[in-house]
Amino acid sequence: MQVKEATGFVPTIVAFCCNWCSYAGADLSGTNRLSYPANVKIIRVPCSCRVNPIFFLRAFQRGADGVILCGCHPGDCHYTTGNYYTRRRMTLLFSMLDYLGIERNRTRVEWVSAAEGQKFAETMRSFAEEIAALGPNRRLADLRCRKDAEEAGITDERGSGDAV
Amino acid sequence: MRYDEIFAAMLKRAKELLADGTVNRVIGWKRGEFSYDVTPAVFETPEELDAGFVYDAFCGANVSKYLIRESEKPGRILCFLKPCDSFSFNQLLTEHRIRRENVYAVGIPCEGMADVKRIRAAGIDGITGIREEGERFIVSTLYGEESMDRREALAERCLCCKSKRHPVFDELIGDEGEDAPDDARFAEVARLETMTAEERFDFWRGELSRCIRCNACRNVCPACTCENCVFDNPASGISQKAAADSFEESMYHIIRAFHVAGRCTDCGECSRVCPENIPLHLLNRKFIKDIDELYGAYRAGDKADARNPLVNFTEGDAEARIVHERGKA
Ligand code: SF4
Ligand code: SF4
Repeated sequence: MQVKEATGFVPTIVAFCCNWCSYAGADLSGTNRLSYPANVKIIRVPCSCRVNPIFFLRAFQRGADGVILCGCHPGDCHYTTGNYYTRRRMTLLFSMLDYLGIERNRTRVEWVSAAEGQKFAETMRSFAEEIAALGPNRRLADLRCRKDAEEAGITDERGSGDAV
Repeated sequence: MRYDEIFAAMLKRAKELLADGTVNRVIGWKRGEFSYDVTPAVFETPEELDAGFVYDAFCGANVSKYLIRESEKPGRILCFLKPCDSFSFNQLLTEHRIRRENVYAVGIPCEGMADVKRIRAAGIDGITGIREEGERFIVSTLYGEESMDRREALAERCLCCKSKRHPVFDELIGDEGEDAPDDARFAEVARLETMTAEERFDFWRGELSRCIRCNACRNVCPACTCENCVFDNPASGISQKAAADSFEESMYHIIRAFHVAGRCTDCGECSRVCPENIPLHLLNRKFIKDIDELYGAYRAGDKADARNPLVNFTEGDAEARIVHERGKA
């Protein structure tokens, strides 16, 4: 199952999942035969705290239209406190992206435990729908990395050089 | 105190401290190619001081970052720090980047530094020097003298000064300054926040697309002190000299600002050195404002034992979705 808009746009979604909770949650949703969109590409990380802002930017550069980070619920981190740092770091990063005029809904943090297969599938579905509605990522895309640039309507967003 | 009074007091103290063996070297400022082009320099003898040491309204350069290297060398170095520079120095001490015992820090008062870009923008060229007369700056030029209202020549960072107090020092020249942070420094950030995402995007594209990736903003920054910088790593994908794509421009600036978030003292050096006049302080101040709003007031460099908000947390911290919710309102 892929989430498509009427336009036929299929977003690419990157989901960073921590090894101990969210990745196991994804596993559980699989064993329970719950479906979630196939255009969600999962990248397993040891802890949500392993994800630094460059990972998000890199994912967008390489063609992601939306990036989501999943980890253990606060208080349940395998390493005790990792996700508390994640929370501050990502809040500030998202706020900065928003400040630069990049659609804030392209990024998300969600806490998913190993027992929440259902929540995992639902989260991915709702996120994929949201990104499909937003359309392709143009503002934080790297033309050189998108073979489908023309199709997706991505042009170099470099300004004219005049300060506004 | 006037600049020439501060200068005389510094020169006197530097010679005394060299003579009595308290310090072996002095870091101060010397002229570059042009009178307004002042760079930090190290002096070892009274003769060198007499020949090269300068101080005037163009000495905005923050010397605290140089102390990382200088404090590794044998002997002690004397430095003169403006309040801004003291905050940077204190932040570096917090991060254990400077050998405190090898530095003798003298805090100097500051009434603001001139910004040569603003003087030029006022149509004054051929600048050969600057002095003050009451509330005005007298700029000497090849074509004669020009008088300018002080506030029209001051650097942006000085118009909304953070503090006149020195958070750390061995001795002071002049009085202990007051701690009166000016909240006006967040006005421009707040204005941008009220724009639509499209307007902000256009604003930042207009600014960031001028970046020539000279890396001056990184190199000058006293908070930016890693030995191995991500921007020098060819595998980072953003180590090119010039940005090849609008993505790289955004990436460079997001990462630069993020790496100093929670440690940036808002000394304003990045915006000062940018040859393209990019308002980098608006990125740094966004982080400062967010940190203040979300995690409580915090000033990098204020207290040496304070914990950087990005390596700290509380169980009740806001979730990242606050950014999405706040935006909707
Ligand atoms: S980012 Fe700019 S204002 Fe902040 S500490 Fe570095 S040079 Fe100073
Ligand atoms: S100093 Fe200015 S032009 Fe140079 S890299 Fe920084 S922002 Fe770009």
